[in-house]
Amino acid sequence: MNIHEFQGKAILRKYGAATPRGFPCQSPDEAVEVARRLGGKSWMVKAQIHAGGRSKAGGVKLAKSLSEVHRHAADMLDTTLVTPHTGPAGRVVRRLLVEQGAEIRKAFQVKLMVDRRSQRVALSACGQGGTGGTHQVLIDPGTGLKTAEADDIARRLGIPEKAIPEARDFLRNLYRAFDERDASRAEIDPLVLTTDGRVLALDASFRFDPNALFRQPEIAAMRESGDADAGELPDGGCAKFDLAGIPLYGNIGCLVNGRGLAMATLDVIKLYGGTPATFLDVGSRATAAKVAQALKPMLRNPDLQVVLVNVFGGLVRCDVIAHGVIEAARHARPGVPLVVRMQGTHEELGRTLLAQSGLPVIGAISLADAAGKAVVAAASAALRRH
Amino acid sequence: MAILVDRHSRVITQGLTGRAGQFHTAACLDHAHGAQCFVGGVNPRKAGETCVGLPVFGSVREARRHTGATVSVIYVPPAFAAAAIDEAVDAGIELVVCITQGIPVRDMIRTRHRMQGSPTALLGPSSPGVITPGELKVGIMPGPIHRPGRIGVLSSSGALTYEAVSQLGAAGLGQSTVVGLGSDPVGGLTHIDVLKMFNDDPDTDAVLVVGEIGGDAEEQCAHWVHEHMRKPVIGFIAGVTAPAGRGSVTANAKLSVLAQCGIRVARHPGDVGTLLARVASPECLSLD
Repeated sequence: MNIHEFQGKAILRKYGAATPRGFPCQSPDEAVEVARRLGGKSWMVKAQIHAGGRSKAGGVKLAKSLSEVHRHAADMLDTTLVTPHTGPAGRVVRRLLVEQGAEIRKAFQVKLMVDRRSQRVALSACGQGGTGGTHQVLIDPGTGLKTAEADDIARRLGIPEKAIPEARDFLRNLYRAFDERDASRAEIDPLVLTTDGRVLALDASFRFDPNALFRQPEIAAMRESGDADAGELPDGGCAKFDLAGIPLYGNIGCLVNGRGLAMATLDVIKLYGGTPATFLDVGSRATAAKVAQALKPMLRNPDLQVVLVNVFGGLVRCDVIAHGVIEAARHARPGVPLVVRMQGTHEELGRTLLAQSGLPVIGAISLADAAGKAVVAAASAALRRH
Repeated sequence: MAILVDRHSRVITQGLTGRAGQFHTAACLDHAHGAQCFVGGVNPRKAGETCVGLPVFGSVREARRHTGATVSVIYVPPAFAAAAIDEAVDAGIELVVCITQGIPVRDMIRTRHRMQGSPTALLGPSSPGVITPGELKVGIMPGPIHRPGRIGVLSSSGALTYEAVSQLGAAGLGQSTVVGLGSDPVGGLTHIDVLKMFNDDPDTDAVLVVGEIGGDAEEQCAHWVHEHMRKPVIGFIAGVTAPAGRGSVTANAKLSVLAQCGIRVARHPGDVGTLLARVASPECLSLD
C-alpha cells in the first residue's frame, strides 16, 4: 500500500526525521494561505499523486512569490499528470503540498527495503543520480541502525563533520519509522544538506506491508479507495489477478486458485489458441458468498463465451467454490457453458453440486483437458454468434 | 528414507483447535501413517482437552515433553504465527512447518534473527506443507493425488504443485517427498537447501522444480544445480506465454538460464509428467 508524500513526511516528522515545513491543500487560495503561514521567500508546490517522476512532468514547481504559488497551484490542480510511473492514463492531481523552499548544498538518495537474501532491512544510500557509489548496511533487527553505522554512511556520502550528528539522527529515525510502522519500502530522494547545514528529506515515498495493516490503523486510514493496489487484499476474499499487464481481452473467463496455477492456465489456453478474459483468484479463506460476488461482474461481460473453473483445492474447498459459482450463475446470461475442473479438498462434493445444479456444466479431468474444452466451447459459441 | 518427514516423525499441530488446524490435521491422520505420527496439539486455553482424538497441551514445550514431538505444523492466525514459530524453536522442535499465510514481514525478520544458530529448520511461512507419500503428510495438500515413488518435488507455489503432482501420477511416477516452500519475502528453507537434501537422498532419483515467472529463486538454484546436482532436474515454470514487454523478456531469460544449467523445462504445462517420465526413465539415469 502506497501513501502520499505529505503523509510520508508527517510520519518522518513524528519520528524526528527532519523535513521542510509544509501543509497539504486542495485549492489555489488554500495554497496561498499555506505559503503565507509558512513565511519565507520561496515555496515548493508539489502535486500529490501515487507515482514518481513528477518534476519532469510539471508536478513540482518552485514559486518565488505568493502570486506564483497561486498560479502553479491553479495549473496543477485537477490536471492529469503522466509520468514514467503512472502509465499512459496518468493520475489526476486532487491535492497539493506547499512547503518552504530549501537552499540545497548537496543531494542524496536513501532507500530502505527488505533484503530477501540476508533477511534483514537494507539501508542503501548514494549521491543524487547514483553518483559516488552506493553504500549499504544490513540492519540488525535486534539493535536497529547503530550510531557507528549511520555515521559511516553519512561520511561516505561526503557529509561534513559538523552535519554528521544531524545526518545520523535522520537515518536512525528513518529506520525507526520504517520498522515501527511496518513499511516494506521507503525512499528519500532527495535527502539534502542545506547551505545552513541542516539535513532534510525533500521527498518521501513509503510502501507498507498489507499484512500488517491490522496493527497500523493510522496507516490503514491513509488508503484511498481508488488507489488500492491489485492483488494485495489480505482479507482472503477474491481478487482480480494483476498478471503483469497481460491484456485480457478474450472471451474465456477464468476462476482459479493461486497465482501459479492461474499462470499455468493462461499458458495452456494460449497454447491452444484461446484468449482469456478476466482471471479471478480464489483466496484461501474465500466463502461461497465472496466467490459469487467476485464472479458476478465477470459474468456480465458481453464478450464472455465460456467460464473456466480450474481449482486444485488445498486450503480452499471445492464445495465452497461450487456453491459460489452456482449462486453467481443464477444471475448470468443463460447458456454460458461452465468448463469445470475440480480436484483436491472435497472435490467429489464440489463436482456433484455443480452437476446437479442444472447449469450447462462441461466436466474436465485435467488442466490440459479443461483448457482445451474451454477454447473449443468459446470458439463454437463465437461461431454461432456470427 | 525420503527427506524431512517419514513414519518415524512425531508431529504436533499448533492451532489444532481452530477450523483449519482441525480440518487439515484430520486429513493428515487419514494419510498413510498419520494416525501414529500425529501425537498432539497446542492451545494454551484448551490444555487437557482432546481434539480430533489428539491430546491438547498448553505449550509446545509441554507437548514435546509428553509426546517426544520432532515436528510442529502451525495454523495459528497471522498476527500470532511468528510467536508460535518462536515457541517451537525454543522448545527444540527439529522441523517447523508454517502453513499460516500473511504474517507481517517485520515479525518474520525478527523470528529468523532469533533462529540464527538454532538447529530448528523452518518450512514456510505460507507453505502448503511437506508430504512423503505412503509415509506421512504434514500440511494442506490433497493426500489422494500423491503416490509413493522416487521423484522429489520442490515448489514455491501451492495449487500449481498439486497440478504437477497429479500429472506425475498420471504418467505413472510417484514422489519421494513433495516440499512446498512458500513464497514470503522472509522465510526458512530455500530452494537450494531442499535440493541439497534431495541430492543426498538415496530414495530420490530426479527432482521436479515448480515455479513461476518473476523473482530469481529458480535462477539461483539453477546455478547450484549446474555445479552440484548429481540427479536430473526438470523445471515447470508457469507464465511462459505472458506476452509482450517485460513479461516475455523475463520468461525467456529465465528459461534460457535454466536450460544453460542443464534443467529441462516443460514448454506446455500439460507435458510435465511425460517429460519427467522420459528423463527419469532407468535408461536415462544410467547415463549420469
